Amino acid sequence: MPEVPDGNPPNPVPAQAATTPAAAPAAAPKPVPQPWDCELVQQLKNSYGSGIHDAATFAGQNYLVVDRAVCHDVLLYLYQQLGYTSLTDLTAVHYPKDELPFEMVWILFSMAANERVRVKARFADEESAPTVTDRWVGANWMEREVYDMFGIRFTGHPDLRRILMPDEWTGHPLRKDYDPHKQDEVWVRKNLGIESGQ
Amino acid sequence: MIQSILQYLHSDVTPGVAGNLFWVVVYVLLVFAGISVGVIFMNWFERKIMAHMQVRMGPMRVGPHGLLQPIADALKLIIKEDLMPANADKIVFWFAPVCVVMTAFCGFIVVPFGPTHAITDMNIGVLFMLGVSSLGVLGVIMAGWASNSHYPLMGSLRSGAQMVSYEIAMSMTVVSAVMMTSMATGTGTLSMIGIVQAQLQQHTWFAFSFFPVGLTALGVFSIAMVAETNRAPFDLPEAESELVAGFLTEYSGFRWSLFFLAEYAGMIAVSSIATTLWLGGWLRPFPNLLGGKNWDTAFSLVPGITFVALAALCLFYFTRMPSIRAMRADARGLAAFGGVLGVIGIVMLLPGVRVRVQDIYWFTLKVGFFMYLYIWYRTTFPRYRFDQLMKIGWKVLLPISIGVVIMTALIGVRQELLALVWR
Amino acid sequence: MSDNRFYDSPIEEVAPGNTFLDSNELVLNMGPQHPSTHGVLRVILKLDGEKVNGIECVIGYLHRGIEKVAEHRTWAQFGPFVDRLDYTAAVSNSLGYCLAVEKLLGVEVPKRAQYLRVILTELCRLASHQVWLGTHVLDIGAVTPLFYAFRDREDILNVFEKYCGARLTTHAFRIGGCRWDAYAGFAEQVLHICDDLGPKIDEYRDLITGNRIWLQRTKNVGVISAEDCIAYGITGPVLRGSGVEWDLRKKQPYSSYEDFDFDIPIGTAGDTFDRYVVRVEEMHQSIRIIRQATEGLMEGPIIAKVPKVIKPPVGEVYVSIEAPKGELGFFLVSNGSAMPYRVRVRPPSFINLQALEKMAKGSLVADVVAIIGTLDIVLGEVDR
Repeated sequence: MPEVPDGNPPNPVPAQAATTPAAAPAAAPKPVPQPWDCELVQQLKNSYGSGIHDAATFAGQNYLVVDRAVCHDVLLYLYQQLGYTSLTDLTAVHYPKDELPFEMVWILFSMAANERVRVKARFADEESAPTVTDRWVGANWMEREVYDMFGIRFTGHPDLRRILMPDEWTGHPLRKDYDPHKQDEVWVRKNLGIESGQ
Repeated sequence: MIQSILQYLHSDVTPGVAGNLFWVVVYVLLVFAGISVGVIFMNWFERKIMAHMQVRMGPMRVGPHGLLQPIADALKLIIKEDLMPANADKIVFWFAPVCVVMTAFCGFIVVPFGPTHAITDMNIGVLFMLGVSSLGVLGVIMAGWASNSHYPLMGSLRSGAQMVSYEIAMSMTVVSAVMMTSMATGTGTLSMIGIVQAQLQQHTWFAFSFFPVGLTALGVFSIAMVAETNRAPFDLPEAESELVAGFLTEYSGFRWSLFFLAEYAGMIAVSSIATTLWLGGWLRPFPNLLGGKNWDTAFSLVPGITFVALAALCLFYFTRMPSIRAMRADARGLAAFGGVLGVIGIVMLLPGVRVRVQDIYWFTLKVGFFMYLYIWYRTTFPRYRFDQLMKIGWKVLLPISIGVVIMTALIGVRQELLALVWR
Repeated sequence: MSDNRFYDSPIEEVAPGNTFLDSNELVLNMGPQHPSTHGVLRVILKLDGEKVNGIECVIGYLHRGIEKVAEHRTWAQFGPFVDRLDYTAAVSNSLGYCLAVEKLLGVEVPKRAQYLRVILTELCRLASHQVWLGTHVLDIGAVTPLFYAFRDREDILNVFEKYCGARLTTHAFRIGGCRWDAYAGFAEQVLHICDDLGPKIDEYRDLITGNRIWLQRTKNVGVISAEDCIAYGITGPVLRGSGVEWDLRKKQPYSSYEDFDFDIPIGTAGDTFDRYVVRVEEMHQSIRIIRQATEGLMEGPIIAKVPKVIKPPVGEVYVSIEAPKGELGFFLVSNGSAMPYRVRVRPPSFINLQALEKMAKGSLVADVVAIIGTLDIVLGEVDR
């Protein structure tokens, strides 16, 4: 039987310290978020004003924090006007203690400029996010996975159903309130004929 | 009765033609046993050759160098549970493998292993063989139908369509070979023994006559026969990695082994046709060019020497076997096998025996060459898609075979044509 | 409807109650256990005779919740889990994850470690492409190149075994550099592989590339245009086979790839044959890179100074590398603690697999297997 964790993190394995006699290169300073200002940000701020909450750079990577009302338009604007034609990734993060707990993250990429930009927007529980499958066909499965793992619905998605978990599973595993050892006992009992956790 | 048995021994026709029932039965049993041994040997041979081409060893455990593997496989298949799908048509399900095996073996009635070494010599021998092998399609379709499941049905229909398509190209090339029998004497023959004798009279194997017509005919037949027997690269209906598992899906155990018995027997049958029609059947190399008693004797020593050489190879491998206790049975088995081969070889060198055996030997050698080609194709080539397969059968092989027939006909009447032209 | 609705496919609602003889369309289920699909992939086909009218992939049979597990392990403890994503190219995954954490920490990896990483990652690319080659060709029917490819892959796995003790799931790299230095004889063994493997790859080419059956089975099969590739987010050899010159090792070099001289093979037609040629040529280029890296391997430390307990600053990074299957990305969210807050793996196989419907629609049944093979998916990565 697997041990039920008591909530404390397991003993961390110590990371390897430097093992060679020669001096390792001095550790570069830890990254901190820097404000990001450039033409792109100016254009966006001109178009969407207060919709752009923040534009910053962290560890050399640019990101925008936008309001959920304008996030779809911002993404389209980046696609059409600014040449970010590729959607590299689409995911979500759950911050249960925040007022708007779900943060959607879109990572866009411009092959011509060889630049990546991250667009983030916060959503409330039970709120739907806009779909980007009208622009990027590849977002189809990525949004299905976000729905499966977090429960965020996407308005306008052609075929929103679970992709990795079984179709009748209840619960959304990647939410922070979903225990890592938890299973949908009803589904397991019905479909596998065993008790959960065996 | 003893009289009739002994009387046959002095005749120079096949027992069927002589009307001697006893010897017909003896020959039937011999041929049946021989083909069964051939199929078993082919199983081992194929696994070993494929393995060596794929940089691995093949069966090594069951018997020395895997020699007993086919027997182990046969035993396993016989003792397996006999499953029949619940909704299957029971009689047809039972009959399908029987039909395929029967048609595969029936063709051997006319196959000549020597000038008198055939069960019978019908004067329509070639036609009989082609007709009987066509009946195999019926068995395949019955198998798919009886399984009462759409995947085997689809597979069997595809397989049946493939076999039927390639039969036409095969038959056209056979027509051209039959036409060649009439080149020298003006009268042709469909009799298998007659075709080989025509090659003897014309001093050439038909594969090399009127180059490149004979060779093209042989080439087309070789390709068509691979498709006819559902072997790679035309084995889509029975391929494992494709979706439809083929008409064999519902068959397991002994019934499945019957299908594979029929497949190998079919391979040997069509190779026998190819050998008889184009490669001179039982004739030794250069019977006319290197004729005379001395050459005859020299060539008749070859079978015995082959077996002695194989025995030497076995004994060589025996010396290289590890001398640990666990391998003792294997080592002794290999030595015994080598010994048996050696004894057979020495017996074959005796004057009385070697005269009778050499026809069978050369025939088997040529059929073995085609078997090796089958295995070589299977190891090397990817699989054709079904539409590409049908395209080759109808759009490539059929026109070429018709062209071969026309060319053969023109060559046959070349004297008359030239006379007409140079008139 | 049966109780076991899990096994019923949604597409069967289209033709309820009809037998296959009534309608023109046949619904065929392929998988999840299958000798051909690489892993537990279920593909549901709607067929009209031989032609594929619709295709649907059902995945998730290998879902192990790796992203959830990451939130309950420390940054260093998660290293071995990353190998299990694309298990044919474990070293690559390890490189991607370590690079992402190092970016979050702001750690610079010493040069020797970077070169070692490049050598091992390119060896792993060779191994992964050999698995792809053998299995793809086997699906199309040629049984022999599989054994040749796996025989040659043994040499590479022997190097991995000597280096880190494991052949497949290697956990080769640590955050900050490499755990072990090159063993005695490493350079000789690796250069020996480079010398041997080049002619052997040409052997495969002779056996397969010129074979007209191969050409007929792969030319104009599974065509996808460059625009569609970008719209689907496809990366890797599939994108390059369609003619887009895009390789992260050249465009956004990481781990000293800018020091090496190599070419990016590009296809033209976007069909299966072009993707095959691209991958085989990539193997040649990998050999070039390995040779340059081995000959240029300098002295120095193999790991940077990294604290015992890794606690990156609060923030997020997205770092991606050119894995053998495509762009493998790691999106890490840190809240300052010893365990990641969120690890998102951007799986190239998952995103490439979406294009299966586009590529296979309208083609024949036998081509579906070829197209799945040419996408080069590994279910460990698709399902995580």
